[in-house]
Amino acid sequence: MKILVGVKRVVDYAVKVRVGSHGVELKNVKMSLNPFCEIAVEEAVRLKENKGAGVSEIVALSIGPKQCQETLRTALAMGCDRGIHVQTDLRGDYMELQSDAVAKLFQKIIEEKEKDADLVLVGKQSIDSDCGHVGPMLAGYMSWPQATFAAKIDVEGNGLLVERETDQGTETIRIPKLPAVISCDLRLNEPRYATLPNIMKAKKKKIDTFQAEDFGIDLEPKNKVLEVFEPPARKEGIFVDDVNQLIDKLRNEAGVIP
Amino acid sequence: DYKNLPQRAPASIVVIDSKELEKYNSDWTGQYKGASRIVCRPQSTEEVASILEYCNKEKIGVVPQAGNTGVVGGSVPVHDEIILSVERLNEIHSFDAINGILQCGAGCILQTLQEKVASWNHLMPIDLGAKGTCMIGGNIATNAGGQYYYRFGSIHANIIGLEVVLPNGTILDLMSTNRKDNTGYDLKHLFVGSEGTLGVVTKVALNCPSLPSARNVAFLACNSFESVCQTLSFAKEELGEVLAAFEFMDKQVLDQVATEKTIPLKIRNENYNFCVLVETQGSNREHDTAKLESFLEQVMDSGHVVDGILAQDTKQVYEMWEIRESCNPIIKSKGYNYKYDISLPLSAYYDIAKKMRERLLPFPDVIVANWGHVIDGNLHLNIITPGNFEVDSQIKGMIEPFLFEYVVAQNGSISAEHGLGQSKNKYLGKYAKSEAAVTIMRSLKDSFDPNGIMNPEKFLPS
Repeated sequence: MKILVGVKRVVDYAVKVRVGSHGVELKNVKMSLNPFCEIAVEEAVRLKENKGAGVSEIVALSIGPKQCQETLRTALAMGCDRGIHVQTDLRGDYMELQSDAVAKLFQKIIEEKEKDADLVLVGKQSIDSDCGHVGPMLAGYMSWPQATFAAKIDVEGNGLLVERETDQGTETIRIPKLPAVISCDLRLNEPRYATLPNIMKAKKKKIDTFQAEDFGIDLEPKNKVLEVFEPPARKEGIFVDDVNQLIDKLRNEAGVIP
Repeated sequence: DYKNLPQRAPASIVVIDSKELEKYNSDWTGQYKGASRIVCRPQSTEEVASILEYCNKEKIGVVPQAGNTGVVGGSVPVHDEIILSVERLNEIHSFDAINGILQCGAGCILQTLQEKVASWNHLMPIDLGAKGTCMIGGNIATNAGGQYYYRFGSIHANIIGLEVVLPNGTILDLMSTNRKDNTGYDLKHLFVGSEGTLGVVTKVALNCPSLPSARNVAFLACNSFESVCQTLSFAKEELGEVLAAFEFMDKQVLDQVATEKTIPLKIRNENYNFCVLVETQGSNREHDTAKLESFLEQVMDSGHVVDGILAQDTKQVYEMWEIRESCNPIIKSKGYNYKYDISLPLSAYYDIAKKMRERLLPFPDVIVANWGHVIDGNLHLNIITPGNFEVDSQIKGMIEPFLFEYVVAQNGSISAEHGLGQSKNKYLGKYAKSEAAVTIMRSLKDSFDPNGIMNPEKFLPS
């Protein structure tokens, strides 16, 4: 089984984002591997470590500026074998490069460079655009089966058994035959740390770079962003002196009791 | 005569003899408990002055209290001295972002200040495990150290101004925003580290360094203390000015921490003897990453570091620091802590741990756990009896005075950063300072506090 894992470089989850004139300020801001992509990488590596799954190779794919190479190095240090960097300076946080173009780029990579890919693992969504589109869109374009929000993946014969999280509870999907696309959710696993020996080894692993414009895809955004703004600041709460004052405020100010 | 106190600061005084007093009377270690019946919580410097003036006149003992996170019993009454809490002096007065100077009340919680100052692109110059509870007034009064001491220096190095109320109620305004001011004896430094014995800190002006755009943390494993020292040398040489922190933990403390947390370094089936946490902070990500990679390659090649992990995002940075900051609370929860905080030259730093283990062989259940700011030569040596929360005088007898005599023989310090409080004040003249020095300290104390009302029976030998 050959696995292709999507790894996106996003604003680090701990950063307090600020909005400038062109959307979220990215200058000098700490960027990291998208947490859900990290979970996807971890799952790919675990599948490889599980001899029964017969994983021959894990290829990590990242689309973005030259710093994506750092993101790919993290994925390689966690256990991926090779990296592919599709270079573009278009912003990936929905402002410029959007889900449709990304899904099509994934499709091109599979059809032109990694024809024998059996499984695509992606994070369920990225924490900058929060779209969650690429997994399902890619499955649609490839006409492959999909299982999104995976919380558990087991190898079953020639296919996979996937438990996915929904609002009503857990749903189990059987994918009888590969290839397929799976998007990974929080409960799937806890990603490993990149150890020093593996970080050193990762430096020697191969990363191929391609230009996004060379695939003949229209990279223009299909949706127009009208405005980006910060949510209004939360008003400070007040202390009330007694229950009567509380009731008065709930009734007359907040209007939540009759 | 407590009856007149309520008139002085009506909104602030806790009801006498209330259950609320429990938390003010008990210290963090659980080893010290006062019997105070009154807590004052003034809301202004004037109210503090009013209370102290009264107590000075009536010769009532006063224990100034901030976050009450100290570990030497310095923040709780010895008897029934009244407690003066600065918790309500918690206003942030101003922040000068161009000069990096914060002015705030003594009752501001350190973590609150860290978050606020970060939103203005700066850092507080100190960070410690107690940050969620400790207050800046207490940090000042104890000259708190913490993990970034090497990088940012002590409180002494970062204090720009201070407002203190003297024991007789005089408000001493030493607030300033001038970094350079050579006019007279620099009085504010007397109050830094004075543990509330010379007055009550009410306001501070503090230097705040800039927020680094690059912050990297690595968690490394070494098999010998000699390797830890070599790794430290490499760190200073290779990382240079971006080195921000270098902490160590031994296997004994990590085994305890592992009972409640997952140690980031997953080590096949072995436990490494020592783990080191290294942090870099700088203004240029590429520059710092290049230095860090060079450092890591060298220490791995040298064999001094046998394994390690590098944080790939901020979540992992927090997880690594959580391990280090969990040492103290987890060890505390396991049993009675014979707690020591010493300064030693690196050559003798870990030998004391080995010697203590030898001496305590007759007590096979005892664990000697060690961690600390090895880069500052500061060791937190904690001896615990897992499952047993009672002090054992036999065990104590094997530790003291041997430990103190060892430290003195090495020209070290018997209290690196925790201070003296009521736990170590008796050793000041014996193991720390000369008779001449203690005499001058006493005369200073008498000059500031002739009636001896401020934190009695603490700091100086009673």
